[in-house]
Amino acid sequence: MRLVKVGIVVFPGSNCDRDMHHVLRDVFGFDVQYVWHTKPVPAGTDAVVLPGGFSYGDRLRAGAIAAHSPVMSDVRRLASEGTPVLGVCNGFQVLTESGILPGALLVNESLGFMCQWTSLVVENASTPFTSMMHAGQRIPIPIANGEGRYYADEDTVRDLWRGGRVVFRYADDSVNGSVDGIAGICNDDGNVVGMMPHPERAAEYETNPVDCGPARMIFESLAGCMPAQQISHAGYAVGVGGEEKGEARSQ
Amino acid sequence: MRRFTVTVVIENKQGLSDPEGETILRDLVLKEGRDESNGGGDNENGNNENGNNENGNNENGNNGCRISEIKTAKMLRMTVDSQDAESAVRDVRRVCDALHLYNPIVSSVDITAEPRPE
Repeated sequence: MRLVKVGIVVFPGSNCDRDMHHVLRDVFGFDVQYVWHTKPVPAGTDAVVLPGGFSYGDRLRAGAIAAHSPVMSDVRRLASEGTPVLGVCNGFQVLTESGILPGALLVNESLGFMCQWTSLVVENASTPFTSMMHAGQRIPIPIANGEGRYYADEDTVRDLWRGGRVVFRYADDSVNGSVDGIAGICNDDGNVVGMMPHPERAAEYETNPVDCGPARMIFESLAGCMPAQQISHAGYAVGVGGEEKGEARSQ
Repeated sequence: MRRFTVTVVIENKQGLSDPEGETILRDLVLKEGRDESNGGGDNENGNNENGNNENGNNENGNNGCRISEIKTAKMLRMTVDSQDAESAVRDVRRVCDALHLYNPIVSSVDITAEPRPE
């Protein structure tokens, strides 16, 4: 038996890669490795995460330059083959800039960098990152971005809703001016999900003052969608209410 | 071959809000550009009590310049060697499209070329 292998793509300016690494490995027991943006994604990678940050200092537009990185051809191929891909914040911006997901992320309506707790509503509970949730479920989770206002033209937005490709929306539609309050979407096949909020900052009770249970389900869903022989994350403790965190299982 | 300065202006497409431009217009140009000596004080519509135009501009404010819209944009200025201005614009447009120097989902681009002094 081997561990579920997750690659975290690191661009110059990524800064949530270590948080994501910690949560994936230490909290959920995945076999995690960083993938530098000039390197290929290692063979046998079961899932890919594009973390948050400021790739290339948000020069030109957030995610615009990173979208041309060599690693993105591998990400595009894996995405088309059905490999689960999660883009968080800047990772979501890279996915839209590379055309893997539709739409664009614009400067927030407030023009400011928004760093605050928000609440998401699950709209699609059948992706690899939401399969353990249910539609309508709320997720307490933080946002931290300057360019998080999701935009797509009317036809695209209508297609997203009709195709069940809106994965998350903000419970408060007016958070940042995103069209229809959209906070996360997926591709046609549902295996690529982009979201602006940060699940890696909400998946432990030490960092989530409200309830870390829902955000944990994003990672638990990923583990759950893997073939049974690969699931090896059972070693963690839920960590709610002061329980000690379990050791990541390595076997 | 001649040398051209090619200017690429990238702005939000029509219909897409530009909160920065709107703020500059609403909270600086229209507000601070009023002619205070002519009565001051906005009413709730943004017009002052002495009957300004529909945009809140006083004929005497902003030196009589009636500004009704402001759009912000990103500008790239390139130095390009090319046969003529048309081909310089065409070549730069090709680069802009290929590398997504502007995002066609949300932005429009205006490209002009001026010959550089010899």
